[in-house]
Amino acid sequence: MKRGINERVQSLREQSLTALPRISIERAVLVTEAYKKYAGKVSVPVLRALAFKHLCENKKICINDGELIVGERGPAPQVTPTYPELCCHTLEDLRIMDEREKIAFKVDEETRRIHEEMIIPYWQGKSIRNLIFEQMTKEWKYSYEAGIFTEFMEQRAPGHTVEDGKIYRKGFLDFKNEIEGRIKDLDFFNDPEAYDKQEQLRAMAISCDGIIGFARRHAEKAEEMAKHEMNPVRKQELQDIAHVCRYVPANAPRNFREALQMYWFVHLSVITELNTWDAFCPGKLDQHLYPFYKKELEDGSLTRDKAKEFLQCFWIKFNNQPAPPKVGITLEESGTYTDFCNINIGGIKPDGSDGVNDLSYLLLEIIEEMRILQPSTNVQISKKNPDHFIIKAAQVIREGMGFPSVFNTDAVVEELLRQGKTLEDARCGGTSGCVEVGCFGKEAFILTGYFNLVKVLEITLHNGVDPRTGKRIGIETGNPAKFKSFNELLDGFNKQLHHFINIKIRGNNLIERMYAKYMPATFMSIIIDDCIKKAKDYNAGGARYNSRYIQAVGIGSITDSLSSIKYNVFDEKKLSMEDLLKVLKANFDGYEKERLLFLNKTPKYGNDDDYADDIMVKVFNIAHDAINGRKTMNDGKYRIEMLPTTCHVYFGSVVGATSDGRGAGLPLSEGISPVQGADRNGPTAVIKSAAKMDHLRTGGTLLNQKFTPNIMKGEEGLVKLKDLIRSYFKLDGHHIQFNVVDAETLKEAQKNPEKYKNLIVRVAGYSDYFNNLNKNLQDEIINRREHKSF
Amino acid sequence: MSQGIIFNIQKYSLHDGPGIRTTVFLKGCPLSCWWCHNPESQRKKGEFIFLRKKCILCRDCERVCLKAAVKFTENGLCHDREKCILCGECFKACPSEAIEILGKKPDVDEIVKEVEKDRIFYDESGGGVTLSGGEPLMQIDFVDGILTALKERGIHTVVDTSGYTSWENFKRIQEKVDLFLYDIKHMDDEEHTKYTGISNKLILDNLKKLALNGNKIWIRVPIIPSINDDDLNIQRVCNYILSLNLRDIFILPYHNIAIDKYRRVDMEYKIPDIQEPSNKKMEEIAEKFKECGLIVKIGG
Repeated sequence: MKRGINERVQSLREQSLTALPRISIERAVLVTEAYKKYAGKVSVPVLRALAFKHLCENKKICINDGELIVGERGPAPQVTPTYPELCCHTLEDLRIMDEREKIAFKVDEETRRIHEEMIIPYWQGKSIRNLIFEQMTKEWKYSYEAGIFTEFMEQRAPGHTVEDGKIYRKGFLDFKNEIEGRIKDLDFFNDPEAYDKQEQLRAMAISCDGIIGFARRHAEKAEEMAKHEMNPVRKQELQDIAHVCRYVPANAPRNFREALQMYWFVHLSVITELNTWDAFCPGKLDQHLYPFYKKELEDGSLTRDKAKEFLQCFWIKFNNQPAPPKVGITLEESGTYTDFCNINIGGIKPDGSDGVNDLSYLLLEIIEEMRILQPSTNVQISKKNPDHFIIKAAQVIREGMGFPSVFNTDAVVEELLRQGKTLEDARCGGTSGCVEVGCFGKEAFILTGYFNLVKVLEITLHNGVDPRTGKRIGIETGNPAKFKSFNELLDGFNKQLHHFINIKIRGNNLIERMYAKYMPATFMSIIIDDCIKKAKDYNAGGARYNSRYIQAVGIGSITDSLSSIKYNVFDEKKLSMEDLLKVLKANFDGYEKERLLFLNKTPKYGNDDDYADDIMVKVFNIAHDAINGRKTMNDGKYRIEMLPTTCHVYFGSVVGATSDGRGAGLPLSEGISPVQGADRNGPTAVIKSAAKMDHLRTGGTLLNQKFTPNIMKGEEGLVKLKDLIRSYFKLDGHHIQFNVVDAETLKEAQKNPEKYKNLIVRVAGYSDYFNNLNKNLQDEIINRREHKSF
Repeated sequence: MSQGIIFNIQKYSLHDGPGIRTTVFLKGCPLSCWWCHNPESQRKKGEFIFLRKKCILCRDCERVCLKAAVKFTENGLCHDREKCILCGECFKACPSEAIEILGKKPDVDEIVKEVEKDRIFYDESGGGVTLSGGEPLMQIDFVDGILTALKERGIHTVVDTSGYTSWENFKRIQEKVDLFLYDIKHMDDEEHTKYTGISNKLILDNLKKLALNGNKIWIRVPIIPSINDDDLNIQRVCNYILSLNLRDIFILPYHNIAIDKYRRVDMEYKIPDIQEPSNKKMEEIAEKFKECGLIVKIGG
């Protein structure tokens, strides 16, 4: 036994870590076959369901040596399908995927040939991606190309949702019964939508058959393998697997192991049906599994070690599924294999009481021992949770992998309540992806794209023109050299921002309808309330709650840039606006003094200094007011988020020099963290600054902190980290995460990547291998302020 | 309103008393310990520091100087200590951080306003504010003013002292101090005088009185190899602490990280050859204190 991992788990882990990500053409072929057979003959929802069922009935079944929880999305671990109905890759795309240095996917000759001969001819011009780009206005395209915003749905589907506990109480035969009952109740005399509802419900019933058949095929395969298995122990295991797969997901699980297998079939079905953003997530896994765990521990049918082994096997299944290949700007905004399944640990129960249980601690052990990228994990901290739980989590954080991140459950509940959710639904909610709040099992909470605050300021400073291209893409908000006061500049920014948010939302609204019409998610709709009740698809507003997020990026950079203009131009009059623009245009070439002045002698966000922090609050309020409460097309509301994934690097690359002293093209600040290195007063000052934003009016914020390992030394270091976290959460902070590593190590790793293959760091709302990051992102992390021990 | 001179305010300070603290470092010290790792704390007067490497020769400092104390010549920047009033204009103007002024002169209100910002962390962690130095009690009015204001606000207070001050000063503040961090550098008076520049008599006397008055005290002993780490000295420290009925002791390993600082403030570093004590050595010394029945911690 090494670090609590037995031989079986070790070898599964090794397989997961060493298998090369490759493209599988299998899914594309099967979906194309189904479309060729059914398209035009059946309704769209039924077509989608039949395509899903066709996949379930025909995809290769893979059961890996030694594993106890079974099922792969592709034909083998790390082998990843494509989704041509969403994004039909060009041959050039395939070549780039195959050859690129980071986040590559190998493409073999056979795959390329089939793609060229079968997939491209059918899907070219028909994929959702094509439809989107055809429908978008000129203004939208200009803004998109300028890097004002990104578009999440241009090559991946909405998803961004999380399972609640219902699949542990109901099997898919139960769901199917319910769906058929709903069909019987339809009113074909008075309800003009009865036909649409019938088609949606029929599609959902077909999808139930799909998942049940998929599991049955695993049972058959396991039985077949058992027949030929010489090792009696493995033979028995395979028979057990068959037994489990014959029972779930058709029926509700009877025990701990079946519960895990149940979830896993659901997970695979969601990510096979469509390429959903943030994959899928079991949510509050410790709470869902605890009744099984407790009962079986009591009756002696399960031991803690056995439960741990099942969970470890379960963990590896996530790691076997890299995020499907992204191309273009979508790769820039989310350049990682991680697929953002973010398991919630701890927090509160639906009745509001302390939700931490023995499994919460067991999951922490698993994170520490497994040391793999997926699934992501977070701890949910409520004032009701014991300190001991946070300290145990801090112990794992100290290991330096950036896991788990830390959320303020009490704030999460308040955020959800503010959005109009019921108290019980809010308490069943949590966070997913990076930091997004949602009601698990009941809400479609969709990220729609990142929004570049700093670029909007740059365009304001050029009276509507993008200085990078010379194109006028914004509105005329006045010549900044003529601005008499700082407020005039803010007004201009406000108008410019509204202009671009309107362009973004107009585009979103079209895209939302396209998915509703052409890409229903008939499987996922089964498990999200109230799609069955409303007989409406998840992608058409079937969920009980529908929220759409726009994620603002660069609050630190824009605050410091504005602070610099206010301080140096308007208050201290160190230079004129004209001169400042000249300096920026020259990218500080010949203006070293000005650069240093901006960098060193200007108030900055992150130091608990109201001069800068007040500006941050103003910018946040402007962005919030432009987004919050806007209507979506599916009866939902828009909300603001403050998170970047890797988009702060891409957004920085399209913005020229900024008045915070940042050179052209360099990364922006990430999340709500201060500009890298601008915070000079330690972590308490950062926390105070960050908490001046009203987190409760967001759908999530992301704060990164970098600590050297020695600051967390000993039990005392852990306790003080706990105190720091509790303090931030008293101030309604939403989320905080830690990189515990010193810059020297990172620099060393940059020089000798081969020696640091296992170095995992926190990027934004996720962790990644340091080696998987491009140089700009590596530098950005190195440049973050490091809090030391004094 | 009393004004003082400080050289730093350190937030998220984890080693100057319980919990999460803010430490205010007051400038000026009657001792001049050879191993002092804050040499910039010793002089009470403010100091003009120039870091040639960072200078970009913009000469803005020269332009803003009210007293013509900063001048550029063929040899670069020349600073006239006589003329300089340490007003800080040159520091404000210097874009490249080549100029530092050590020694800000805030009044009590400014200090309280700044340290109160982290109140939520003190409340959560059982922390508070530590006044350190230098020797804070050299600025007794200022210290008294701060302590009074902090106690009015219910903030936990720590004074980190060398003990070298009049008993009157201790008497004046002891009611407002929740915990003293009290240094014992050497028990032998001759050695003490040699390495710190002053006798330890007043220090030990004050400690005794403070302890007898029932004040909460944590003793701190810097461990300087070959200077005060011998068995005899350790034993004598032990005996003295025990005789005062004190229990808590912190032993702080010597660090030579301050060598550069000495260069910057133009002071001589007298013990460049002394090595930092090993972890093993620190454990051994800790063990000796433990054997005497004391509660020992290594480090702050």
